[in-house]
This record gives sequence, structure tokens and C-alpha cells, in this order.
Amino acid sequence: MLHLSTRTQLDLALDARDLVKTYPAGRGKNPVRALDGLSIQVAAGSVFGLLGPNGAGKSTTVKILTTLSRPDSGRASVAGIDVTLEPDRVRRAIGLVSQRPSSDPMATGRENVVLAARIQGLTRRDAHRRADELFDRFGLSEAADRLVRTYSGGMARKLDVAIGLIHRPQVLFLDEPTTGLDPEARADMWAEIARLAADEQTTVLLTTHYLDEADRLAHRLAIVDRGRVVAEGTPDELKSELHGDTVHVEFDNAETAAAALRVLERTPGLASIVPDGVALHARADGLAGGARAVPTLLAALDAAGISVASVTVARPSLDDVYLRHAGRRFEGNHQS
Amino acid sequence: MTSAALPGRFVRHSGYLTVRSVRALIRQPWYVAVTLVQPIVWLLLFGQLFKSIVTIPGFTTRGTYLEFITPGVIMMTALFSSGWAGTVYIEDMNRGVMDRLLASPVSRGAMMVGTLAYQSIVTIIQSLAVFAIAYACGARFDGGVAGVVMTLVAASLLTVVFAALSNAVALLVRQQEALIGISQFLSLPLPFLSSALIATLLSPAWVQNVATYNPFDWAVVISREALSGSPQLGVVAPRLAALAALAVVMASVATRAFGVYQRSA
Repeated sequence: MLHLSTRTQLDLALDARDLVKTYPAGRGKNPVRALDGLSIQVAAGSVFGLLGPNGAGKSTTVKILTTLSRPDSGRASVAGIDVTLEPDRVRRAIGLVSQRPSSDPMATGRENVVLAARIQGLTRRDAHRRADELFDRFGLSEAADRLVRTYSGGMARKLDVAIGLIHRPQVLFLDEPTTGLDPEARADMWAEIARLAADEQTTVLLTTHYLDEADRLAHRLAIVDRGRVVAEGTPDELKSELHGDTVHVEFDNAETAAAALRVLERTPGLASIVPDGVALHARADGLAGGARAVPTLLAALDAAGISVASVTVARPSLDDVYLRHAGRRFEGNHQS
Repeated sequence: MTSAALPGRFVRHSGYLTVRSVRALIRQPWYVAVTLVQPIVWLLLFGQLFKSIVTIPGFTTRGTYLEFITPGVIMMTALFSSGWAGTVYIEDMNRGVMDRLLASPVSRGAMMVGTLAYQSIVTIIQSLAVFAIAYACGARFDGGVAGVVMTLVAASLLTVVFAALSNAVALLVRQQEALIGISQFLSLPLPFLSSALIATLLSPAWVQNVATYNPFDWAVVISREALSGSPQLGVVAPRLAALAALAVVMASVATRAFGVYQRSA
């Protein structure tokens, strides 16, 4: 038993089990249960996404894993080190990019990065060498000696990531790294994070309330709702749980669409067909997948002498996944 | 890291954080200039207005009123500006700097010492400026360099006491307005319950009693004695020891406030 748990810890960069955390809500009110038995396991070297709306418990999880907060119950280890028993060792193994800008605006970019490096125990020479390397990598070399208060939002965010990476941490926490960035800076940041996972061999825990961000960056993700993980898997696994792709078929007019509806209702592999003016929406059932259903659909319509204007197949989005597991629409999707 | 290396790490980390604040100060030197407005008003306006107060029987000081209030004005400047010390933490909290530092290997003690050392440096600069202004207006002190150095020591200790208090309040209330309100509430009465502006012999008896236990008065008395050129050891030594002990206690109590901050975070 003991042997088994030791082995598991070595393979996992992050291992959180049954975390519970409550906050007092003020006099006469019930305490707020921020985490309600949350568990996640993250393999070393991967990007793991925690997806959920504000208040779901993502940031509380990050706070516990980065030693900023203690769980009421449950256990967590980072890089094999218990966060409550040896917080100081954990702090050497992690980098934190918190939600808010975490650089000092009255210092230059270089001063910020070098200070972080020195705190992590790098020598002055190593600190400057590593700083140059990171400035180069993030395209901040020209701005390195300017005060951070003159940086754009996107530059400041990249500097935060550089600070988080200064000591080559085993695990990097990115808490909502693109919140508040304009679309261009956000696309830029996504490219950096994707590269990061490939180049630095760092395990990344990414929290986000943007579905597209989790979909694009995370190898695996957990959907968090009310302090619990409600679904976990690769983005594709989660989406394929929804049993099939959506197929949209368009016709020249509504009469043709109505005729097609009668044909397709008898076609195997298609389910829940919904007429919508000149178009039909259908689900391609189960394992067949949308791409396989299309030839069957076209052949059936062709045999009935119905011509089709266009066919599109769409994978279900994480929004659909969230809707299914959390039982409501994902409000985070409509922010930004 | 072995435990033997820990004291070295503590000193280095405190040093890095002090340097960080000093650099920011060098970039906005007007900050210190602004804090000198109050002492200038006290020295030049108040000092002139109450110039003849020294002729009242019972006012045993030998020199001018300007010379009498210089130690008081130095300590008031140290007191009021150290009350703002916690604003550095609040700015760090409002950004993610505080969380980033707390999730790094820097110790909470080093974070405290870094800000206290910085505040003491600010106090020393302010005190020297007040001395310069007083000197320009004709104040002369028999205590000479030793008197000035002793004043700087007392002012720094007083700064540590109240900057630590301000830091602790910042960690507990986490809000700029609340911090300023609380620190003004605590520090404003202290100069009036001391010998800063008038010899305590002329104050009501209860004020004299309170002054005995007022750390602000300890600092004023140490400075005034040292500047007199013939300090009485029996007056200076106990006050200096008490002030130093209080500084250590306040700094360690304030460091504990990080725990409260994190528990509620």
C-alpha cells in the first residue's frame, strides 16, 4: 500500500486528493465551501487545464498547491513533495503566475527577473544569464531595462511568465494567464504557452474560464464546478462523450428540407434531427462520427432525388460538455 | 539548504528586498521631499509662534525653542511616515507580488525585515534633512556628531516599532484607507502625550505619567539628552533598551501577521 502510493507520486507532478476548503462568509452566514472534495492527478511534463467559471474553486486549488493556503482536509503533493508538510521545498520546485500582474511596476523588467532568480538561489551571474535567455525568448530584450509601468498588458504578462520560469521550476502554475488581455496579446500568449510545454519540460497547471483556451492548450483537463471535478479527460475525450458530431445540412428551400427530413428519419446513424428553415440539424450517432455519417446521408438523399446545398460537420464544443456536466450554460464563455 | 546556511539566506533575502524598495525611492525622490513639508511647518511656523514658551518658569531647557523641538519634530516625522509603511504591502497585495513572494523560498521574516530596513533608511534621510533645516535656522547642539548619531538610532528604532505595526495592520485589513485611518488614530495622540513640544513638567501630571510609558517619548528623550552634550546615562539607557526590545517584539509579532493573512487568503 505504502509502496504503491510512493510510486504513484514519482510519476505525478501534481497529486491532489479530496481537497476541502471553506471560507468564513461573515457573521450569521454559512461558511462558503470553495473546495468540496476536489481531486486531480497530473502527469509530469503535460499541460493540465482546470476549466470552470469564476468561483468554481480553480484559484483556491492553485493557492493550496502553491502553499499560499492550507486545505481544511485532503492531501496534495507537488513534484512528489507534500504541500502542507514541506512548503519550503515545494516553493523551490514551482513557479507561480498569479491572476494579477505579479511584477513590481517601479522596477525594470530585468530587476524583477533578477530579484526572483536571486531569491531562488541563483548566483548573480547565472541570474543575469538566465534573465537574458528569457528576455530573448519572450521578445522582451529591448524592454528589459525599462520600468515595468511602461509595459503593455501583454508585455507585463510575458514578464510574469519569465519570472515564473526563472529557476526552471518542475511545475508552473498559470492562473488565468490571458484574462484581461486584448485578442492579439492573448493569441501571442497562447503561442508562448504552447511552446513552453514543448521546450521547457515543465508541467503546467493552467486555470482558465475560456473554453477555447483550455481546448487549445491543455493535454488533459478537468471541468470544475462548485469545488468539485465534474468531468476529466482530454478535450477530445470529453467532447466525444457527447455521442457524436453535429451535422448541419442546408437545402435550396424549406420544401426540400421537409422532404429530406422524412428521408433522413429513416437513415441509420443519424439521431435527433431538428428542422430549422431551409436547414436540418442532426447528431451523428456514437462511434460512427460525423465524417462517416456524411456519405450515408448524401447517398440516401441522392437516392430520393433531393439535392443538397451544403453539409457541415461540427465537433461538439467544450461548451456542450460543460452544459452537460454542470447542468447549465458556461457563463465564462460570454465574458472577455 | 542546511540549517547553517539559513541565517545567510535570511540576510541576503532581506538585503534584496531592501534594495528593491530603495531603488523605487531613488526613482521617485519627491516622495521624501513631500514628507518634509510637515517638519518644516513644525520647525519654522510652530517654532516661531511658540518661541517665547521657553521663558515660562519650569521650562528648564537652556537653548532656544527651535533647539528644544528639533528632536520632537524628527521623531514626529519618523512616526508619521512609518505609519504609511504598510502601503507597500497593500500595493504588493493588489498586484500579485505578495502572492508570488509568499510562494517563493523567501522567508516571511526577510519580507518584514526588508521593509523595516527600508523605512529606517527613509527615516535617516528625513532626520538628516530636519537637522539641516534646524541648523540653517540657527539651532546648535552641544552633543555634536555623537548626539546626531544617537538621534538617528532612536529614530530608526521608533520607525521599526511603528512600521512593523503598520505592516501588521496592512496584513490584517488589506485595505489602504483602513490602514491610514488606523495608523493615524494610533499615532496622532502620541506626540501630545510626550515632551516633544513642551517640557513635561509643564504638562498635567497624568500626561507626565503616560509619557513615561510612551515609546515615542522614549525616543524624544534619548535624542534630546544625546544632543544636550551631557546625557544622563540613567535617563538614556533604560529608554534605549526598552525601545530596542519593543522593536524586536513588534517585528516578530508583525511577521506572524503573515500567517493570519494566509489563513484568510
